[in-house]
Amino acid sequence: MAMKIGTGEFKERVDKGIHNSFMRSAVAEAQDRLRTRRLEAAEELGNWEEWRTLGEEIRKHTLENLDYYLWQLSENVAKRGGHVFFAQTAEEANEYIRDVVVKKNAKKIVKSKSMVTEEINLNPVLEAAGCEVIETDLGEYILQIDDHDPPSHIVAPALHKNKEQIRDVFKAKLDYKKTENPEELALHARHTLRQAYLTADVGITGCNFAIAESGSITLVTNEGNADLVTSLPKTQITVMGMERIVPTFEEMEVLVSLLTRSTVGQKLTSYITVLTGPREQGDVDGPEEFHLVIVDNGRSNILGTEFQSVLQCIRCAACVNVCPVYRHIGGHSYGSIYSGPIGAVLSPLLGGYDDYKELPYASTLCAACTEACPVKIPLHELLHKHRQVIVEREGKAPISEKLAMKAFGLGAASSVLYKLGSKMAPSAMNPFTANNRISNGPGPLKAWTETREFPAPGKERFRDWFHNRQKGGEHQS
Amino acid sequence: MKVTLFATCLVDLFHTNVGKATVELLERLGCEIEFPEAQTCCGQPAYNSGYVKEAKEAMKHMIRTFENAQYIVTPSGSCATMFKEYPHIFKGDSEWEPRAKALADKTYELTQFIVDVLKIEDARAKLKGRATYHTSCHMTRLLGVKDAPMKLLKNVEGLEFVPLPNAHNCCGFGGTFSVKMGPISEQMVDEKVHHIEEVGAEYLIGADCGCLMNIGGRIARQGKPIKVMHIAEVLNSR
Repeated sequence: MAMKIGTGEFKERVDKGIHNSFMRSAVAEAQDRLRTRRLEAAEELGNWEEWRTLGEEIRKHTLENLDYYLWQLSENVAKRGGHVFFAQTAEEANEYIRDVVVKKNAKKIVKSKSMVTEEINLNPVLEAAGCEVIETDLGEYILQIDDHDPPSHIVAPALHKNKEQIRDVFKAKLDYKKTENPEELALHARHTLRQAYLTADVGITGCNFAIAESGSITLVTNEGNADLVTSLPKTQITVMGMERIVPTFEEMEVLVSLLTRSTVGQKLTSYITVLTGPREQGDVDGPEEFHLVIVDNGRSNILGTEFQSVLQCIRCAACVNVCPVYRHIGGHSYGSIYSGPIGAVLSPLLGGYDDYKELPYASTLCAACTEACPVKIPLHELLHKHRQVIVEREGKAPISEKLAMKAFGLGAASSVLYKLGSKMAPSAMNPFTANNRISNGPGPLKAWTETREFPAPGKERFRDWFHNRQKGGEHQS
Repeated sequence: MKVTLFATCLVDLFHTNVGKATVELLERLGCEIEFPEAQTCCGQPAYNSGYVKEAKEAMKHMIRTFENAQYIVTPSGSCATMFKEYPHIFKGDSEWEPRAKALADKTYELTQFIVDVLKIEDARAKLKGRATYHTSCHMTRLLGVKDAPMKLLKNVEGLEFVPLPNAHNCCGFGGTFSVKMGPISEQMVDEKVHHIEEVGAEYLIGADCGCLMNIGGRIARQGKPIKVMHIAEVLNSR
């Protein structure tokens, strides 16, 4: 699955989302639950704002010295007998991974959750090479068996499905005869997946944080699937976005705390695993061969730009979980595997404005995302920057809007023009006005009055009232 | 105390009663009101849509207009936030950055001014009924004014205050968002109206005319018996 998902125009996708009441109630419920738990987990630390500041400093420092830490990481992975590959593009990454898999003569591959492998569209490449690829994260597994339904949330990919829908998928696609009880569903998946781990030739994982000082990778899960993916197959391939790196264990600890609390409101998740290189003499498990694939795929183009702070992201989805727009349209409407505020910022940067030019406007700039972000990415400001780029550099704004804004600029910068315009407004609006309101407005007002009344401009502006009152001598100063 | 009123374009043109209430309220609380007639709009409609060049012209005009003010007070959390953003927008401009900073430093949202500068928490207002309050996003998150409206509303005689469920969620206004993304905006405002109804409020109070125009416009279209009031009007009720 590539970064781009779904078909149709943005407006059509939104329309579909808005009319999907199952998805909407699942999303609203999840948002309310996750938000409350996140706030409680933050509260419990007592000094959350200090933690956020520390998180921001760590991410900023790392990005500013990314070349150094990437070099240090790759040296240390190599020292421990691992292989490192820098992939500039998705194709380079896929080609390298396919070559490893083919060389190993692998038939079965188990994967733990990884957004970057979704981004580079890895699975079809491996399937074309004759491999069976099995997603082991429960959410990803559900989507995979449901004819590759795309993820709608970066942490909880199957968030848009309720348990009844998941039961139906299991019944249709697997030999499942039980109920929608989550324990029964999970147990069935576990039985199937256990067999897969035991017989897989290669395990592929994502990476929450790579640790430069030791050449280690950190995997954070609640299901323990990543631990089986990395301990049973003989070959392990870890794929990471080039920015997912920390200098030392100390910073990893801070970021993991921020991540688990922000994502699901947990102090820690059930499994936090740090792995360093392939199995060494005396180790009881672990892969015989370890490959680390570091993916650029457009990230280095963001470095040094006004959008650099988006690379601070630790993929916790706190911004998604508080976004009032995501709440009503769901993840698939974004047309990208990266949805919600972070997706609206990141997708145009990685995938271009042609496919994602609407996303920066799918926000009221309410700043709920910025407030929730544990590493202080000014998400609403970045959405605003995108709008500025679309208007000024890309020239993709509609002509009518350009003219209106030009007129606004002139009018608001000149008291004479403003006074004249505002004085004319009531008569201009007169044909559309009844009972001091406009119920069927012209031009841009039309979209407003389709669902809401718009107040008619008064014959007496506030300034007229004030002026007359002063002139009346009542309150002369 | 001399107060320079920044009425905002929405109040000047559409919500004149909010402007009148602001003037009467501040006068009753001992202020002398000045209204520079050259004032227009803070520039937010253009700025938020990405038209920074056009917005900057409006901003410069506002900086010039309010240069001599001692306290600038505005009945809008969102427009106050925009003024506070000016220094950031003119960053690096040796002429305009310091002038923008001077403007930002003396700008106050109405309730913030009453509580923090006038040191008044009881505006001696009376209004009978059950009311809830909409916390507007810019005022709460960006300007950081959360407590002042609550303190003032608590002391309104006869007002039974009920908290609004999911108050943190935006009402779906977002300036041009409300027309560009009409169908999404509709869902957002519907959820907001649903919560207002759910707590049985007779009054919806807010401190930003943008949000109130949005929520009020939807309530009016649906013909629901909820009265929408700006906090200046509430505090001016006697």
